[in-house]
Amino acid sequence: MEKNLNLNLKVWRQKNADDKGKFEEYKVNDISTDMSFLEMFDVLNSQLITEDKDPIAFDHDCREGICGSCSMHINGRPHGPKHAVTTCQLHMRSFNDGDTIVVEPWRAAPFPVIKDLVVNRSAFDRIISAGGFISINTGNAQDANAIPIPKDDADEAFAAAACIGCGACVAACKNASAMLFVSAKVSQFALLPQGQPERHQRVSEMVAQMDLEGFGACTNTGACSAECPKGISLTHIARMNRDYIAASFAANEK
Amino acid sequence: MNWVIKMFSSSLGQKFIMALTGLFLCSFLIVHMIGNLQLFKADDGLAFNTYAVFMTTNPLIKLTSYLLYFSILFHAVKGILLVVKNNKARPVKYAVQNGSANSHWTSRSMGILGTIILVFIIVHMKNFWFEYKFGHEIGYTSYYTNLATGETGSKEMSADYTQFNKIEEGMTADEKGQYRLVIVKDLYKAVALQFKEWYLVALYVLCMFAVAFHLYHGFQSAFQTLGLNHSKYNGLIKFLGIWIYSILLPAGFAAMPLFFFFK
Ligand code: HEM
Ligand code: SF4
Ligand code: FES
Repeated sequence: MEKNLNLNLKVWRQKNADDKGKFEEYKVNDISTDMSFLEMFDVLNSQLITEDKDPIAFDHDCREGICGSCSMHINGRPHGPKHAVTTCQLHMRSFNDGDTIVVEPWRAAPFPVIKDLVVNRSAFDRIISAGGFISINTGNAQDANAIPIPKDDADEAFAAAACIGCGACVAACKNASAMLFVSAKVSQFALLPQGQPERHQRVSEMVAQMDLEGFGACTNTGACSAECPKGISLTHIARMNRDYIAASFAANEK
Repeated sequence: MNWVIKMFSSSLGQKFIMALTGLFLCSFLIVHMIGNLQLFKADDGLAFNTYAVFMTTNPLIKLTSYLLYFSILFHAVKGILLVVKNNKARPVKYAVQNGSANSHWTSRSMGILGTIILVFIIVHMKNFWFEYKFGHEIGYTSYYTNLATGETGSKEMSADYTQFNKIEEGMTADEKGQYRLVIVKDLYKAVALQFKEWYLVALYVLCMFAVAFHLYHGFQSAFQTLGLNHSKYNGLIKFLGIWIYSILLPAGFAAMPLFFFFK
C-alpha cells in the first residue's frame, strides 16, 4: 500500500455572491491515496465541523463522473491535473505527500459564485431552453431503427451527447467561452434526422442566448476540449460555426 | 440587411470577420513575398523599381490595396475589441492558472502578437509606402540596358530631377550600341539605405517572429472559425500554416533586411 498523504490546502472561501471572498489555508493528514478528491474534501469538512467551523460548500451529486456538478479548479486546471476526468473521479494518488493544492471556483462572469466553490450555472440551462431540444408530438414510440441513420453520424451524435454540462470548458477557456458546451448541444441534434426541422432556428437561438449570458468569444485555443472530462471534440465547434453561417443565410428573416 | 448585421455582431460573426480579414492578409503576404523577392536580383533594383510602379498604378491592384488597408484596420480594431470583450467575461481571475497544460501559448497571445504586428505595419508603411507616395526623399535612377549584350548600368539622377510619372521609358544609343533607357523612382535605394540601420533591421527581424507566432495559431484557427474542419484536410491546413506561414514567409521577409545590412 502506498503511504498516506499529508496535504496543505488553499481553498477559496466566499460567504455569498456579494462577499469579496479570500483564500483560507487548511491541513489534512493521513489521506489515503485511494480516496477521491471529493472524499478528501469530506474529511476536511468533518474536521471543520468538529472544530465548529463552517464547512466548505462544494457541488457534487453522482460522484461517478456523469452529473457534471463537481466543479473545482484545482492547481490551475478544471478538475485537476488528470486528463478527461471530473473532480469526483480524481484520485488522491495523483498528488504527492506534502503538496500544496489550490482550489478555486469556476471563474466566469456568467457563473457567479453562490458560496465558496459553488457557482450558479443556470446560464447553461437558459441556453438549453433557448433551443437545445426537439419538439415532438407525443404518441406511440416509433419502432427502433425505423429511421435509418449512418453509423458515423450516430457515433458523432453520441459523442456530442456525452457532454455533462459541467462547465469545465468555460472554466478552462481564457475567454470564458461556452462554445464547446453549446456546440455539443447543437451537434447532438444537427447530426440526427430528428434534429433537422429546428436545426437553423436552434443554432441561432442558442448562440443568441450564449452571447446574452456574457460568455466570451472563441479563440480556438483548444483548452476546452483538452480539459473536457468527456473529450468533446473541437469539430463540434466547427459544425456549429458552419450551421450558424448556414442559418443566417437561409433564415426567412430579412 | 438586418440578418447580415445580426450575424456579424454575434460572437461567432465577429470571429468570421477576424478569420476572413486574417486570411485575406495571409493571401497578401504571398503576393508581397513574390514581389519583394526581386530585391535579391543583382540588377541595382531595376526589376524591383519597375514592379513598385506597377503596384502603385495598376487600377485593379489599387482597388485591392484599398481593401487591404481596410482589412488591416478592421482586423486590428476588431481583434482588440474582442480581447477586451473576452477579458470582461472573466472579471475575477484565477489565482493559479496552468494555461500551458491545455493550450499553446501562441493561441493565448494573439492580442499581444497582433499589437506588435500593428506597430510594425505602421513603421513599415511610414518608411516605405508613405515616403514613396507622398515623401520627397526618394530620388530617381536611370537604367541603361544594352540591347545587344543585355548588360545593365545605372546612374542616379540629380536631386532636382522630378517628374509626374514615376517611370519614363525610352531608347538611347552611343558608340557601343543601342540601349533601353528607364528612369524610375528608386525605392530599391531607399530600402538598401534604411536596412543599413541596425535598429530597423533588428525591429524587422523581431517582428517577423511575431508574424510567425501569430500565424502559427492564426492560419489554422481561421479555418476552424469558418467551420472548415475536416479530418481529410486538417493535415494540409496545419502543414501550410506551419511551413509556409510560420517558417518560410517570416524567414524570407526577415532575410531582406539582413541581406542589405550585410551586403
Ligand atoms: C500580417 C498581418 C496579419 C495577419 C496575416 C493576421 C492573420 C490572422 C488570422 C488568420 C487570425 C485567425 C482568425 C481566427 O482565429 O479565426 C488572426 C487572429 C487575430 N489577429 Fe491577426 N493578423 C494580422 C495582423 C493583426 C494585427 C495588426 C492585429 C491587432 C492589433 C491582430 C490581432 C488579432 C487577434 C487579437 C486575433 C485573435 C482573435 C480571436 O481569436 O479572438 N492581427 N489574425
Ligand atoms: S463540453 Fe465538456 S467541459 Fe464543456 S460542459 Fe460539456 S462535458 Fe463539460
Ligand atoms: S459529482 Fe457528478 S460528475 Fe462529479
